[in-house]
Amino acid sequence: MTKETLFLRRPFGASRGGAEYWLKAIVPLALLAMLVVLPFTGIRSNQLSLAAEILIFSMAAMGLNLLVGYTGLVSLGHGAFFGMAAYATAIVAKRISPEILLTFPISILLVGIVAVFVGWLALRLAGFYFLMITFAFTQIVYSAADKWQWLSGGTMGLMIRPALLFGKPVFRSPAVLYYVALGAFLFTWLAIAVVVRSPFGQSLVGIRENPKRMGPIGYHVRRYKMAVFVLAALFAGLGGAINGQFTLFVSPADVHWLFSGALLIMVILGGTGTLYGPVLGVAVYLYFQNWLSSYTDYWMFVVGALFIVFITAARKGLMGLGAQAWKQARSKGA
Amino acid sequence: MIEFVVVQTLNGIVYAMLLFTVSVGLSMIFGLMGLVNLAHGSFFLLGAYLALTIRGLTGNFWIAFFVSPLVAGLIAIVLERIWFTRFYRRTHMDHVLLTFGFTYVFADIVKFFWGVEIQSLSKPALLQGSLQIFDTQFPIYRLFVIGVGIMLFLLTRFFIARTNVGALIRAAVLDRDMVIGLGFNVRAIFTVMFALGVVLAALGGILAVPITGIYIGLDLEILIIALIVVTVGGLGNIQSAFWSSLLIGIADAYSKTFLPNFSMFLILTIMVVVLVVRSMGQPDVEEQEIQ
Repeated sequence: MTKETLFLRRPFGASRGGAEYWLKAIVPLALLAMLVVLPFTGIRSNQLSLAAEILIFSMAAMGLNLLVGYTGLVSLGHGAFFGMAAYATAIVAKRISPEILLTFPISILLVGIVAVFVGWLALRLAGFYFLMITFAFTQIVYSAADKWQWLSGGTMGLMIRPALLFGKPVFRSPAVLYYVALGAFLFTWLAIAVVVRSPFGQSLVGIRENPKRMGPIGYHVRRYKMAVFVLAALFAGLGGAINGQFTLFVSPADVHWLFSGALLIMVILGGTGTLYGPVLGVAVYLYFQNWLSSYTDYWMFVVGALFIVFITAARKGLMGLGAQAWKQARSKGA
Repeated sequence: MIEFVVVQTLNGIVYAMLLFTVSVGLSMIFGLMGLVNLAHGSFFLLGAYLALTIRGLTGNFWIAFFVSPLVAGLIAIVLERIWFTRFYRRTHMDHVLLTFGFTYVFADIVKFFWGVEIQSLSKPALLQGSLQIFDTQFPIYRLFVIGVGIMLFLLTRFFIARTNVGALIRAAVLDRDMVIGLGFNVRAIFTVMFALGVVLAALGGILAVPITGIYIGLDLEILIIALIVVTVGGLGNIQSAFWSSLLIGIADAYSKTFLPNFSMFLILTIMVVVLVVRSMGQPDVEEQEIQ
């Protein structure tokens, strides 16, 4: 896949001072600045909430990318962690207290515990069978959400009480929510950037490229997979908990496997095994959905067709296309 | 009590036969070509809707019953030749993703042509009415479904076990390169196999309409259970697909009556247990299945 770039990339590449160096230094900073000032640009409130949604979903997508892109584990159950965290915050807020210092840690802890259990079962297998177990997992969560009326509100879903901090509402305005989402997003982004450059991250790539060899070399393959599986789930859980505050509602659709499938589509669309890819994929997917669904009832067709084209002809996603275009532009200029 | 058991078991078998029609194609296509076809449930749906249209045009159930699987098969051949053929050299995961994209597209195409309301197909006059089993009226149509299911099982079994093409297919499952080396056109075998699987799935769709009705979303519902059947039964084997359809179908019928809130749990638990137990004996599963 992107073996060379992953193994050889140093933070700013070799050509220090070249156009690539400046691009790699400036683009992230410019994007960050844009994200920070976004609420003050007089942006329409539905656009701002779309931006917040992109940030939140990106956290789940980036976690999934750790599995799919870096470790080679294709999970069809990642969305369940996201939705489960929202459910957990809703239930804790309803039964105990909507205090954020209680709801968030409990829901994220729950996601972690469930991830350890699911990983313990699923990571014995790989490929198609791993996919099937994660898929079964999301369906189990879905039927629980759908059927356990007393706990989850059943098909109708649950309203989520807005989180409090020491008795005062935390998310007083959409802007506050946006900044919390931005903060959590940056945290996730930095954490994942550190992870993939660490020896641990490089070992994951090794597992993806050749699991047969990694074992005999002395890596405990399943333990590595377990660590990354739980880590990815935790990011999804954090995103899900914040998303619950954003929508103030959670329903079985949030843990349905189609949602996990949509996350997978976003990651592939953007480009697996890259840092920016999943974020780009989420942005494009959500923007398309938002835009198309106001014109046509058939946006699934467009998304599906787009996805088929990408899988067939541009397996590395938008990032891959971008890198190709950049390379061509460079070689023409030189 | 006996009555309850008999009726529930029969209902389970009816469901199992529908599952078999989908899972046998799924299993053979996966076993032979290594193609994980998540769009298989869509062909089930497509077959049913095509039957609806053909029935509307001709007014005859039986024409719809025989023609619409053939149409679905033709569509499958075109799709396989044009699109899936590019993917045989790629990983399982790419197949999963590609065909997952196709389920999106199919769902919207079906929505465009046939709408989103639940539709149904009336049973043919020949199969109306019901049979008295103790005190319960059991529809004859369901017995017909069981009959067709068993017949399809025997036919596919005969086809694979006793005919020359079947022997080639078995050989290609075991060692594709050797069969190519012997000068056979494995590409053509793939296409035949794929079309055959789709024809069976479409037939299952038609059989199901008078019982369940037909609606968007049924494709994924049936796909999920069929995938579970295939996972439990193992890949590329008609008999195991049949028996595991029976197991899952009957388990589903009983759990829906006894534990309506846990019906999916039971089946999924069966699958997870089978997978985990299977993985215990062989530490290599992890490595074999990665590509």
